Amino acid sequence: MSLRTRTRLFLAAGMGLLAFFIYGLLGLPPVGQQISGYATKLNSLTVPARHITDTVTAVNFDFRGFDTMGEEYILFTSVMGVLLLFRTQRDEVEEAPRNHAPGRQAPPSSDAVRVCALSLMAPTLLFGIYTVTHGQINPGGGFQGGVILATVLLFVFLAGDYEIFRKMDAHRAVELAESAGAAGFVLVGLAAIILNKPFLENVLPLAPAGTVLSGGTVPLISLSVGIEVGAGILLLSTAFLEEALVLKSKKGG
Amino acid sequence: MPPLPPLPVVVPLLMAAVLVALGLFFERRVIEIPAIVTALGVTAICLILVVRSSHGLIVYWFGGWAPIDHIALGISFVIDPIGAGMATLCSLLVVAAFIFSLKYFDAVGSLFHVLMLVFLGAMCGFSLTGDAFNLFVFFELMSAAAFALCGYKTEARAPVQGALNFAVTNTVGAFMVLTGIALLYGRTGALNLAQIGQALGSQMDRTVIVAFTLVTAGFLIKAAAVPFHFWLADAHAVAPTPVCVLFSGVMVELGLYAVARIYWVVFSSAFSSHASALRSVFMGLGILTCLVGGTMCYVQTHVKRMLAFSTVSHVGVMILGFGLLTPLALGGMAMEVVGHGMVKSALFFCSGIVLHRLGDVDEMRLRGLGSRLTGTGVVFALGGLALAGLPPFGTFVGDLLIEQSARGMGLAWLRWIIIVAAVLSGAAIVRFVARAFWGWGYYEKEAVKGAKIETGQETEKSHFRSPMVMVGPAAILIALGIAAGVSRQFLAAIEASVNVFQNRQAYIAAVLSGAHINSFQLPAAQPRVFGYAFVGLFAVALAFVLVVLTLFRSQLFESGVPGGSVVRHGVECLQRCHSGHVGDYVTWLVIGVTIFGGALLILMG
Amino acid sequence: MKMGFGPYVLAAWLFFIGLYGIVTSRNLFHLILCISILQSSSYVLLLGIGYRTGAVAPVFSDIPVNTPAVDPIVQALVLTDIVIEVTVLALLLTLAVQIHKRHGTLDPDKLSAIRG
Repeated sequence: MSLRTRTRLFLAAGMGLLAFFIYGLLGLPPVGQQISGYATKLNSLTVPARHITDTVTAVNFDFRGFDTMGEEYILFTSVMGVLLLFRTQRDEVEEAPRNHAPGRQAPPSSDAVRVCALSLMAPTLLFGIYTVTHGQINPGGGFQGGVILATVLLFVFLAGDYEIFRKMDAHRAVELAESAGAAGFVLVGLAAIILNKPFLENVLPLAPAGTVLSGGTVPLISLSVGIEVGAGILLLSTAFLEEALVLKSKKGG
Repeated sequence: MPPLPPLPVVVPLLMAAVLVALGLFFERRVIEIPAIVTALGVTAICLILVVRSSHGLIVYWFGGWAPIDHIALGISFVIDPIGAGMATLCSLLVVAAFIFSLKYFDAVGSLFHVLMLVFLGAMCGFSLTGDAFNLFVFFELMSAAAFALCGYKTEARAPVQGALNFAVTNTVGAFMVLTGIALLYGRTGALNLAQIGQALGSQMDRTVIVAFTLVTAGFLIKAAAVPFHFWLADAHAVAPTPVCVLFSGVMVELGLYAVARIYWVVFSSAFSSHASALRSVFMGLGILTCLVGGTMCYVQTHVKRMLAFSTVSHVGVMILGFGLLTPLALGGMAMEVVGHGMVKSALFFCSGIVLHRLGDVDEMRLRGLGSRLTGTGVVFALGGLALAGLPPFGTFVGDLLIEQSARGMGLAWLRWIIIVAAVLSGAAIVRFVARAFWGWGYYEKEAVKGAKIETGQETEKSHFRSPMVMVGPAAILIALGIAAGVSRQFLAAIEASVNVFQNRQAYIAAVLSGAHINSFQLPAAQPRVFGYAFVGLFAVALAFVLVVLTLFRSQLFESGVPGGSVVRHGVECLQRCHSGHVGDYVTWLVIGVTIFGGALLILMG
Repeated sequence: MKMGFGPYVLAAWLFFIGLYGIVTSRNLFHLILCISILQSSSYVLLLGIGYRTGAVAPVFSDIPVNTPAVDPIVQALVLTDIVIEVTVLALLLTLAVQIHKRHGTLDPDKLSAIRG
């Protein structure tokens, strides 16, 4: 179909779908008027039952932890999928990496940029670890902290040193970390099965609310997710950067 | 003895992570054996679950969060024989795919097996869960693995385009499912299917209709109903053969499973007074899918694309089975899923063998070259006849049950639609076998120009003998397809399972109150099946007539086939819609959802 | 602050605009970003459903446990959703990069490896 035909057909149908959707939405109560019994129950249950003060983390890693396991594996699968799709083809050979887009000369990186980028690494690392471990107390948790942790190594790239970044980024170690993180979540759940309880039930003692170890197995799961997400995002960034910056030429010419 | 319900999901996912680590240090052979063993283990566990769930619904609460005050707090698996049966079918086909790929890919790392194991875990979770958002999460997990597996052959041009079309269309579908679930949550405040069903009760208002439309349309996109089916043909033409087996054999049928499950648990009470309106809409959808799928199937020359469109036409038959909303028709749909899954997988394996030995899958280029592959040719032809409805295959039984149910509702003419769909898809395959293996119609040009797909190699060498690991799965699956149709016990078990599936009250009671209700009862009398064998044989005969007419038409009709140019013009119009352009596909998707929703609103609102 | 149906209408509008972008796109990266817009619509919808006028965030580290709080479940759902979206987008972008490598173009109109 030509662009015009497509646009006209879509506008006709799309307006209908928009009207249909809004018609259904107007049947809901207005925003802010109603809250579900499920939500109220959970809000009242997290501190007494699990000593967790951040209810969202409790929902994510405890009440509906099985969903989060699935979500963690979606990240795992996508990373593996990206690695699969970006694999070096049989007819390609890797050549020297370059530090700039083709056809452009990169200006030499200034010392100011280098110092700023590299000096941000340690605070970011600390902040990432803080976010991962304090998810039970304040907003945070494995996913958010993991993404922050992934950016720590990327500062080296931002400082302008792609070759050093490539050397520091030990591919095997990061992949191992990722699979360890993914397996870690499942193993925590299986620990409950070994102790004759349902999958993912809490098996550790609960520290008082407001401390890092409150929530029993939740800090463990959060840590495992943090490692997996951090390693996963780092692998994704590495794969895309390699695709863009490492020259791959056909074999024999 | 550990509790079984979480294992079909947990074990493949854990092994996938472990295999990634192993794959970094060891070579491929070390990865293959644990993968096959895992898949076999999951099949065994699912079979045990089928047997156990026939003694009563199995409800398993994750994290130990059982309902408090009849409010479901955690996520539950609710296992009934049909759900466990779907999971068994998934794992069986994954085992077959693993065995087939032992010799298939000449050089591949461990990532193929890792992704397949994740795919397996996701499909099992999808079949066993009782929570709406959990269903969505497993749906997305299934899709992520599928997108990557589809675009596997990145060195060619077609696979990446096909994978992109697949990914974009299915992502839009998943988004619709999520929006529908959000609407249901806004309306009922629950995410557990049983609780949503109980909260909705028998009230029906506009939000419920819109939510039903969005959720059902999203799953129908996965199920490749027309006009959401465009991605299926593209994806199948370019994905590696073991992956196609899973797509056509179970992934598409899981979409319909979700539609059926959500309808019966959540909406059946609310829509009970509008059942005839619902029936009409699904009849229309099913008929359209049957006819478009069958027609497009017959005009293909690329055999994998042909098999993909034949899946679309059989999905149409399954939609008819669901849409009649009776136990007998749903039993027909279940039988069709099993029978079609076995036969279609065997056919894909055969096409993989053809590609491996002869280097091509295009019917016109293969003319007569297949004569050395006698075994494959026989299995291929048997599969084609099975799709046309040859007794005693499972597909024949499935078609028959749906036809009987339709007759019981005064819709006897529906039988002709089913026969046309079956004949078109079966005849296409028989025609392929006749031309490629026996050299019939050697000098005949193609009736309509087939699709233009750039096909590449999947394996490097052209071998002199088809390896046993490739022929074995195909033969075994065809045998299972016959067994499913012949076995009286299997038919009885399906009928009993369908009654459990449709029993909404028992489901809700078991989940929310922990009541142990067993409604699985083997029927005393059974529908007469083999007395109607002549219907199946009639369809097969029609298929042969069509093949002969196509392959020898210039000798039979010297001045051209009467009405041929009209038919060709219509078919070419249809083919032009399948343009390979993702924007076109999404436009048809939106048109389809709007018409579907509009029809439901007008008939039920 | 009373919001009426504002967030819901916004969600529907984002839904429509995202689909419009996908259908009329001339560049695969633009198309993929429109998918991202489509998914933002579901976040707005979910968060709108979970909002409660006059309530606080569901974090009880410094407030008493019985304070009315907004719905934590939709927030967890949106969190899960965002992760899912990011990962699916990564896969789509990879496919787009490979398409550019193999076809030499990012324009969906010019992709011609599959037709009919």
